[in-house]
Amino acid sequence: MRTRFVELAVGAFIVMGIIALILMALRVSGLSTADAGDRYTVKAYFENLGGLTERAKVSMSGVTIGRVTKVYLDAEDYVAVVEMEINKSMSTLTTDTSAAILTAGLLGEKYIGLTVGADDEYLEEGGVIEDTQSALVLEELIGQFLFNKAEN
Amino acid sequence: MQPFIDLVLNPIHKLGQFGLGRLQALGRAGLFLLASIPWGGPGSAGFRDLIKQIYSIGVRSLSIILVAGFFVGMVLGLQGYTILSDFGSSAALGTMVSLTLLRELGPVVTALLFAGRAGSALTAEIGLMKATEQISAMEMMGIDPLKRIITPRLWAGFIAMPILALLFSLVGIWGGAYVGINMLGVDEGAYWGNMQASVGFYEDVIKGLFKSVVFGLVVTWIAVYKGFDSMPTSEGISKATTETVVVSSLAVLGLDFVLTAIMLGSV
Repeated sequence: MRTRFVELAVGAFIVMGIIALILMALRVSGLSTADAGDRYTVKAYFENLGGLTERAKVSMSGVTIGRVTKVYLDAEDYVAVVEMEINKSMSTLTTDTSAAILTAGLLGEKYIGLTVGADDEYLEEGGVIEDTQSALVLEELIGQFLFNKAEN
Repeated sequence: MQPFIDLVLNPIHKLGQFGLGRLQALGRAGLFLLASIPWGGPGSAGFRDLIKQIYSIGVRSLSIILVAGFFVGMVLGLQGYTILSDFGSSAALGTMVSLTLLRELGPVVTALLFAGRAGSALTAEIGLMKATEQISAMEMMGIDPLKRIITPRLWAGFIAMPILALLFSLVGIWGGAYVGINMLGVDEGAYWGNMQASVGFYEDVIKGLFKSVVFGLVVTWIAVYKGFDSMPTSEGISKATTETVVVSSLAVLGLDFVLTAIMLGSV
């Protein structure tokens, strides 16, 4: 009877551990059950990323539809290249979609905001977003403002 | 001339002796670990021993881990709220609490509590086995005491620690949620939503789990080694028990820095 209790307790302990791991995955880290096959990759070239990093959100109208997967500098053209994964459920992005680097709040994290265009054709795997708008860098903005003030 | 030379050489001699002694102890502990790992896998008797050890090491530590986790989470919620609300970003409370717990406090505090609760008990138990000559008796009967006594305990620590650390973090996150949402009025959606947006399953949960696996192995290893290596007297056992808690706590804190540096990849 005693060993039975011990075995039951250990079994319950391990089950608790597994449940905790599942809760961590779903409730805390928000791991979705959708696997990587449900996404497609598009590229965009920016003049200045201003602090955009990998794993940043890609959103349209405030709804997250993907994530930035890779950020690097093009060695020939000296422009920043951003690769992002978009959910397959948003496969109707037109080829003239525009991308802008936005900031959540005044000092919050950077993310990419997409605005849909009017074209008939849709972006596909490996497609490039042509119309991009760089991040607003606060220092440049203040510099410009001071410069204008001085001229007046 | 001779006394003067002695005066210079003696401290160097002592230092060398001390260093060699430490190195020897480390080597013994390494060989001890190597001999205790069952390369062939445990038999059915070994499995029953393992269950018993997981019970006494893991299940019996649950109460202290759960209560400590809940209170640590609640304190994090309170402290985090006062700091974050200064910057008008109390919505980030969930992120702060969960990342702190998953990355650092979960594995480390669990390991420290584990060293005090289970490590000291292991050392005392094995030390007493040695003092009452049970270990010699086993050797007489042709049973390998390392495989019979040490192996199941090592495995039990290895298995129990990550589960305990996970439960600690989980309870802590809910404790932070309780304080933040019910007592301080943080928005519930913001608490969970911001948390889910910034906690990565691999980056935070799995890496934290990896830490606690390492800590589990190290703390149990130190505990059983200190017990096995203790002087078979009541004084020796008490000394070994103290050493277990001190050495394993320091080892956990030191290793935590090394592991964090490797994981963040910035050093």
